[in-house]
Amino acid sequence: MVGSSSGEPMVRFKGVQKSYDGEILVVKDLNLDIAPGEFVTMLGPSGSGKTTCLMMLAGFEPATHGEIYLNGEPINNVPPHKRGIGMVFQNYALFPHMTVAENLAFPLEVRGMNKADQQAKVKRALEMVELPEMGGRRPAQLSGGQQQRVAVARALVFDPQLILMDEPLGALDKQLREQMQYEIKHIHESLGVTVVYVTHDQAEALTMSDRIAVFDDGIIQQISSPDVLYEKPDTSFVAQFIGENNKLGGTIEKVQKDGTCVVKLSTGDMVKAKGVNIGEVGSRTTMSLRPERVTINPKAKSVPNIVEGTIAELIYLGDHIRTRMTVADSDEFIVKIPNAYGHAALKEGSKVKVGWETEDCRALDPL
Amino acid sequence: MENTTAPATLVTADGTPLKASLQRALRQRRRQAFMLVLPLLVFIFVLFIMPIATMLTRSVDNPEVNSILPRTVIALQSWDETTGELPSEEVFKTIAAEFVAGSQPGKKVINKVGKRLNYELPGMSSLFRTSTRKIRRMKTGPYREKMINIKIVGKRWADVATWRLLKREGDPVTASYFLSAMDMRVDSKGEIKSKPVDNQIYKFLFVRTFLMSIGITFMTILLGYPIAYLLATLPMRHAALLMILVLLPFWTSLLVRTSAWMVLLGNEGVINDLLVWAGFLGDKSRLALINNRTGTFVAMTHILLPFMILPLYSVMKTIPPSYMRAARSMGATQLRAHIKVYFPLTLTGIGAGTLLVFILAIGYYITPELVGGQSGVFISNQIAGKFDSGNWGLASALGAILFVFVLLLYAVYDKIIGIDKMKLG
Ligand SMILES: Nc1ncnc2c1ncn2[C@@H]1O[C@H](COP(=O)(O)OP(=O)(O)OP(=O)(O)O)[C@@H](O)[C@H]1O
Ligand SMILES: [Mg+2]
Repeated sequence: MVGSSSGEPMVRFKGVQKSYDGEILVVKDLNLDIAPGEFVTMLGPSGSGKTTCLMMLAGFEPATHGEIYLNGEPINNVPPHKRGIGMVFQNYALFPHMTVAENLAFPLEVRGMNKADQQAKVKRALEMVELPEMGGRRPAQLSGGQQQRVAVARALVFDPQLILMDEPLGALDKQLREQMQYEIKHIHESLGVTVVYVTHDQAEALTMSDRIAVFDDGIIQQISSPDVLYEKPDTSFVAQFIGENNKLGGTIEKVQKDGTCVVKLSTGDMVKAKGVNIGEVGSRTTMSLRPERVTINPKAKSVPNIVEGTIAELIYLGDHIRTRMTVADSDEFIVKIPNAYGHAALKEGSKVKVGWETEDCRALDPL
Repeated sequence: MENTTAPATLVTADGTPLKASLQRALRQRRRQAFMLVLPLLVFIFVLFIMPIATMLTRSVDNPEVNSILPRTVIALQSWDETTGELPSEEVFKTIAAEFVAGSQPGKKVINKVGKRLNYELPGMSSLFRTSTRKIRRMKTGPYREKMINIKIVGKRWADVATWRLLKREGDPVTASYFLSAMDMRVDSKGEIKSKPVDNQIYKFLFVRTFLMSIGITFMTILLGYPIAYLLATLPMRHAALLMILVLLPFWTSLLVRTSAWMVLLGNEGVINDLLVWAGFLGDKSRLALINNRTGTFVAMTHILLPFMILPLYSVMKTIPPSYMRAARSMGATQLRAHIKVYFPLTLTGIGAGTLLVFILAIGYYITPELVGGQSGVFISNQIAGKFDSGNWGLASALGAILFVFVLLLYAVYDKIIGIDKMKLG
């Protein structure tokens, strides 16, 4: 279901811009297609414009420029209550003066459904989120996780095709969060609804999404499936934001036909990297290298790139030893050494060699 | 094998039992806390509890007859007022002696009795004043005959009603202030009856105060709700400006604000002038907007408006915008979301504002006094009038009724909404 290859997209942002004050563009030229049934996550640091995009889609904020389409129809002039989009808010926004059942019945009542049908639907929705007994309670009498489930049930109860969730798990503790991630994913799969999800927790994004749109400063930096995002980041920001990343700065010396480039490190060492997002020869670049792809004390010639570094810190983590090193211009160079039989005995302060494959080192835009 | 002896009491390092030590520590803390709030307690006691207590006692206190004519009161105890016969010569002799004693130069207290009894039965004051002079000249009896024959007023001494009244008001505690405050009185047969409708004042004033306060409160809700809503939802910059406008009245004296309404509403005032100028009114048919109910209503609504806006605002401020957005995303129109979600959440604010405005309104004095004329005055104006004329007993009784009424309102509010939910500004 990746991409929008089959048929019409459910949601389309076309050249959307947004400014609140007429001076700063909070969203800059957003183009995004979301296919029916897809689970798309907007991921990015605080203030990067994720909520703003969601609010424009829901109809609570007008787009300053550009057009948003829902099922092929432009919706810029459709008021929120006619868009038929379900929403889950960060603080849940359950109505405190209504019981859980009344909360769930609200969208049905608004649609003029008769009482018997309402009750049946509410009951089914509560069963779906495994809270069949809680209909008579007030939201304040529920735990955070239960409130969260009710909020999800309320967004789903009127069978919208599209659900928006703005950091729905932000207020929950880690364990509950993981459980809820699983449940939301499960609901998404069993109902086949389209979900646009906002979070700034990258682990959450990686586990739940079909595709992730990484936001920074009002621009989508990259939109891909989780594995592509992790393994093939397009920009230094994405490499840095998703997962753990070693960055090495250098100057491009040569670019070969196959895309491989030769980079001169601050120490003068020459290394090879896959040129992904680079300028001309002589310009600066930041290389990205995942810690688990670095080998320590490699045999000579076993890998194309070998440089020397100094061990700054060793942290024993049981299954592996996290090693912080100084390598070239980076003193935050992390290597994960598996705690396997016969692993190298290392000392802080000692000099060791580290090596990697050219494919694993991506030369990106300079940071 | 568990030991069966009682567990040894825990002791602190120096050997005192732990419990005693803890008690002492707690007691000290409590004492400190008490010392801190002591000034406040004294303040509340002197300026709040004592005046109210005084007012409540004043409303039933009846010292005049009992302390100035004590022997007469005792002598009257053996007189049977139901037979319709006058008291014996003995009683007349006693009261004559007390008239003399109570009218010594320098401490002429007997007129106080006359004034007091005059509240209950008109004519008593002049009876006492005239009789004093005559009785002081009587050297010997028979007092009954001589007193009855005093010119013009003497026949009151031959009236059983006078003696009934004396006997009744000989009691140091009286309900008669409360009875008059409720437009009732004790008739000649000793039964409690309503006064004739034409003589009823207070009941009518209470009802007017009550109804107009309801009207004013309702008006403040109507006007205050949208303003509070704007305050809570406008962007900070505009909201701050609006807030200043709302609070502006607080920074001007009540008198100035009321006088401003006099300028606006008066017969030659701005509004009438404008209407005449615009041709809506003839110069002869200017509207009576002041010195009547309209004046009180308009001016008080304006003056009490902030007391409605502030509690409403503080409640509305706590309602996150996401509630309305959630309602709208579920398909509710703006109006429906307001009615079904926003409005119910502001009910506590309406409750607090209503309580505040209503209680302030029923006790309001200055504004009705200045712009209310005859038809727009409240019960407080009557209370103030009674204080001025020296009838503290009746003023206190009227005040006590108002006070009990306010307490009742609090109780009702507490039952329905809960005092602890009250948020003011
Ligand atoms: N109502 C508003 N008026 C003015 N500026 C706003 C408004 N809402 C958001 N902004 C600004 O727009 C930018 C993007 O905000 P947005 O809420 O979309 O960020 P976000 O990505 O959701 O961040 P977070 O992860 O913290 O929720 C921020 O710089 C913010 O200050
Ligand atoms: Mg946000």
